[in-house]
Amino acid sequence: MLRSGVIAKKIGMTRLFLEDGRQVPVTVLQLDNLQVVAQRTVETDGYTAVQLGAGTAKVKRTSKAMRGHFAAAKVEPKRKVAEFRVSPENMIAVGEEIVATHYNDGQFVDVSGISIGKGFAGVMKRHNFGGLRASHGVSVSHRSHGSVGQCQDPGRIFKGKKMAGHMGAARVTTQNLQVVRTDLDRGLIMVKGAVPGSKGGWVTVKDAVKKPTPQNLVTPAALKSAMAAAPAAEAAEGGESNEG
Amino acid sequence: MNLIAQLEAEQIAALGKSIPDFKAGDTIRVGYKVTEGTRTRVQMYEGVCISRKNGSGIAGSFTVRKISFGEGVERVFPLYSTNIDSIEVVRRGRVRRAKLYYLRSRRGKSARIAEVSNYKALDGAEA
Repeated sequence: MLRSGVIAKKIGMTRLFLEDGRQVPVTVLQLDNLQVVAQRTVETDGYTAVQLGAGTAKVKRTSKAMRGHFAAAKVEPKRKVAEFRVSPENMIAVGEEIVATHYNDGQFVDVSGISIGKGFAGVMKRHNFGGLRASHGVSVSHRSHGSVGQCQDPGRIFKGKKMAGHMGAARVTTQNLQVVRTDLDRGLIMVKGAVPGSKGGWVTVKDAVKKPTPQNLVTPAALKSAMAAAPAAEAAEGGESNEG
Repeated sequence: MNLIAQLEAEQIAALGKSIPDFKAGDTIRVGYKVTEGTRTRVQMYEGVCISRKNGSGIAGSFTVRKISFGEGVERVFPLYSTNIDSIEVVRRGRVRRAKLYYLRSRRGKSARIAEVSNYKALDGAEA
């Protein structure tokens, strides 16, 4: 029952005051022209997935290869493209647009993004080391790490030793964030808590893997075409009942 | 207006709260909703506002200090908390600081604040 996730843009954080007096810190994520660009099937690729595209890119800034790819799907050039594994029954047709009601309120999601780069960071910042003492003969190296190993045996530093180095700008997933609210008209998803990455950055949102799947999930996805069809059907039914 | 500012403005409008114009130095009375079991009642908390933080937007908060049974008590309230029933200005104080943290080290006579004699409400300003 694996269904597609979404690509979203991180707008920023705010807070919501709820009726019961709670205030909830939320990150606002926006779906921007999120469409299916391609399908991956067992016959052609050996696995099933949907490729989604989000945002709008200028045609002249899109490579010729990608222009051809988007033209084949008959969609506008996208800024960000990502693949999501889905089960075969949850395949979505190319060109379909996914909307924010894809997630239910209260549901848990995993959000992945590229974290904010911190450059070359010392061990205190990067690994939460304690540093050295402020006094008692410590000179110059107050923020350094201490010893990094033993003696002639083993005579080397173990692989994976925590040291200073490049920090951030890596793909980070925050698990089990709760969806607090969704806004269909503006394509907003508000999740409780912080999400990796800077404002304006792209993140991917998936159903939480470490929580039981909610029963009333929209499968294969909340689609704009389905949204358009539903009110039309309701109107038609209403019309019939009036006649009857 | 960016999207976040727009969302916050909408939320403030939706909460529909009227927040009086007050600042640090003013004595205010806050009606705070307290739930005891199933019953909800409003508890009054009156004291001197010693700081306003993060503006008058959705993130705004204020600190109220009072002396309760000889012990100084400070409470921080979010400006737009749904738990706040009412905010009422009791007395306008004349102070020369935005944050009155110096009151913490004072007691009695030296912790007094003079009253504003010629307070003028800002035109159409709230909070």
